[in-house]
Amino acid sequence: MKRTIFATLSLLLFASLLLAACSPAAGPTTNQSSAANEKTAVIGFTASLTGKLNVESTRQNNGFKLWMDQVNNAGGIKLADGSVVKFSSKFYDDESNKDRVQELYTKLVNEDKADFLISPYSSGLADASAVIAEQYGKVMITTGAASDGTYQKGYTLVYQAYTPASRYLTGSLDALANKDPNAKKLAIIHENDKFSSDVATALKKYAENKGFQIVVFEGYDTGTTDFAPIINKIPADVDSVMGGGHFADGQQFAKAMFEKGIKAKFISLLVAPPEPTFAEIGEAAYGIVGPSQWEPQATFKADYGPSGKEFIDAYKAAYNEDPSYHAAGGYVAGLILQKAIERAGSLGTDAVKAALDATDMTTFYGPIKFDTTAGSHGLQTGHEMVFIQWQKDASGALVKQVIWPLAGKTAEPVYPIR
Amino acid sequence: MNLGNLSTSLIDGLLIGVVYGIAAMGLNLIWGVMRVINLAHGAIIALGMFGVYLLFSVLGVNPYIALGLVAILGLILGIIIYNLTINQMIGAPYLSTLLATFSINMVIIGLGTAAFSTSPRDSGFSLGTAELGFMKLQNTRLVAALLTLLITGLLYFFLYRTRPGKYIRAVSNNRSAAELMGIPASRILALSFGLGTMLAAIAGGLIATFFSFTILSGDVYQQKSFIIGVLGGLGNPLGALLGGLILGALEGLLPLAMPNTWVPVIEFILFIIILLVKPSGLLGDKK
Repeated sequence: MKRTIFATLSLLLFASLLLAACSPAAGPTTNQSSAANEKTAVIGFTASLTGKLNVESTRQNNGFKLWMDQVNNAGGIKLADGSVVKFSSKFYDDESNKDRVQELYTKLVNEDKADFLISPYSSGLADASAVIAEQYGKVMITTGAASDGTYQKGYTLVYQAYTPASRYLTGSLDALANKDPNAKKLAIIHENDKFSSDVATALKKYAENKGFQIVVFEGYDTGTTDFAPIINKIPADVDSVMGGGHFADGQQFAKAMFEKGIKAKFISLLVAPPEPTFAEIGEAAYGIVGPSQWEPQATFKADYGPSGKEFIDAYKAAYNEDPSYHAAGGYVAGLILQKAIERAGSLGTDAVKAALDATDMTTFYGPIKFDTTAGSHGLQTGHEMVFIQWQKDASGALVKQVIWPLAGKTAEPVYPIR
Repeated sequence: MNLGNLSTSLIDGLLIGVVYGIAAMGLNLIWGVMRVINLAHGAIIALGMFGVYLLFSVLGVNPYIALGLVAILGLILGIIIYNLTINQMIGAPYLSTLLATFSINMVIIGLGTAAFSTSPRDSGFSLGTAELGFMKLQNTRLVAALLTLLITGLLYFFLYRTRPGKYIRAVSNNRSAAELMGIPASRILALSFGLGTMLAAIAGGLIATFFSFTILSGDVYQQKSFIIGVLGGLGNPLGALLGGLILGALEGLLPLAMPNTWVPVIEFILFIIILLVKPSGLLGDKK
């Protein structure tokens, strides 16, 4: 009796593991060529449906799907030869895992015959996927990926939608210098992953050039929850602290700094502060600055694609929540591809590549332009970060305000914050 | 580096070390009693975190009271897991129990991700800060430390002064002899496993009062629990606590002298040294 129960359970477990391993994509894959002139272009990507990146990846995919649904509903894109192309997507779960990414993108190219590729969310995974795109000669738009390194490897078909890491926190130094030219003691504490390390290194270089004194420059391992040891290394007379990594650690770092009474006058952290749930830590969030690829309050005048308001309304209607910049990034990846295909008038890789090289547009998300030099081909050069700060409104509730760049600000920065 | 800095770092380290200790106690107990490595340990810690978080955020129950409920649920869950899996594998090769607990781990993580996503949760619970001169300490961490000491004491009392505790120690020492003496070994082992998972759940619940977490957060505590198990000695709750305190102190003090990414390297070197010099751990019995 015990044997059979055990056997049945193991069989069930094995079956479920097997099913999980062969997870079919959740996206439509049929070619609906009802009209004689209608083609379907397949866009392939991996999504982190499981693993630690699942929240941001889902938002990015929602944004992308919104674009795709809108283009298809509007009748698709007309090509130079008179045919109309609509899009379908094919995606797999990369489990937030780099190794899975390479296997799956190879599959997308070889078995699923993807015409174009979008990167997964996060620099690490995007970097892994870019290799495959270049290897198999497929155009790839990376989004959710800020690391500069990917574009310094000699790729010619990979294009970046996000502002690169090297320009992520430099704006907050400008904001600080603008407010208080004497605040020179800077502590840079960052997560030890590729993205955050790239940002920190670029920030350090920029800071040193501007005459800042780096009093601490340290990394903490991904997944750190206890920030007490690293905070204990910050000298009491520090002026500003910058760095962080992703959401969970950024939020905990801000909370820990508050609890330990760090008297920094200016704190700027990656990724975490623009998230609405950052304010869950209450008073500890007050005054914290963070860079964002896009904020709903941003008022770029789009010369292509929907306006900011139209995007926000459409996203809300589709997904019942406000879009984050991850979602905007997903949507804009589609827009970039759409404009390039329209301009090229065909789906051919060379034609689309030429069109992408010539991209110079402003979307609701901001300006888009790519570096076309051999050394950093595909790097995003048009887009800049907006900086938000948590301030209090008239009723004392925490709200985000844009404090930099000066042209787009919605409020004066709070300074010093403590 | 001054005295103030050193003492702040040491106290911070000890407070977190206490938490490591209770997290390790559960793994330690199961490992020591039945030579089973519970690879679902981290997942159960995460369940404990969610238990207290949900009871507090959704139902408004005080986290320390919720902890009691989470502990009982942890005990029951452990007994169920034991009866469903380990008990079916008497006489099977060692790897079977490893695979079984690993599978349970995957199931919990999978279901947890589906139910909660990997969005970080913060209970937002705070008891304020205690200021002792130059140090500011979170009261939630102090309370967690005190509760851990209390639970360690209770566990020690249970294992060494009560009959079921004696049975557990008997079965862990020599199962056949214990059975010959009339001890229902299977039930005792189920109880031990349940105690182990109960401790894991309590650890998770305490951690949720001062750190944010996701369903994947238990993993890092599971890793440290292995080191602490070796450091402190198998099966001995005091050993787990001592191991945790040592590890916590190291994590607090070492970063003052070196980049803090070296700390895990030092931890694992220590792990290897103890394995070579005193494999039964600092407070382990000589078997």
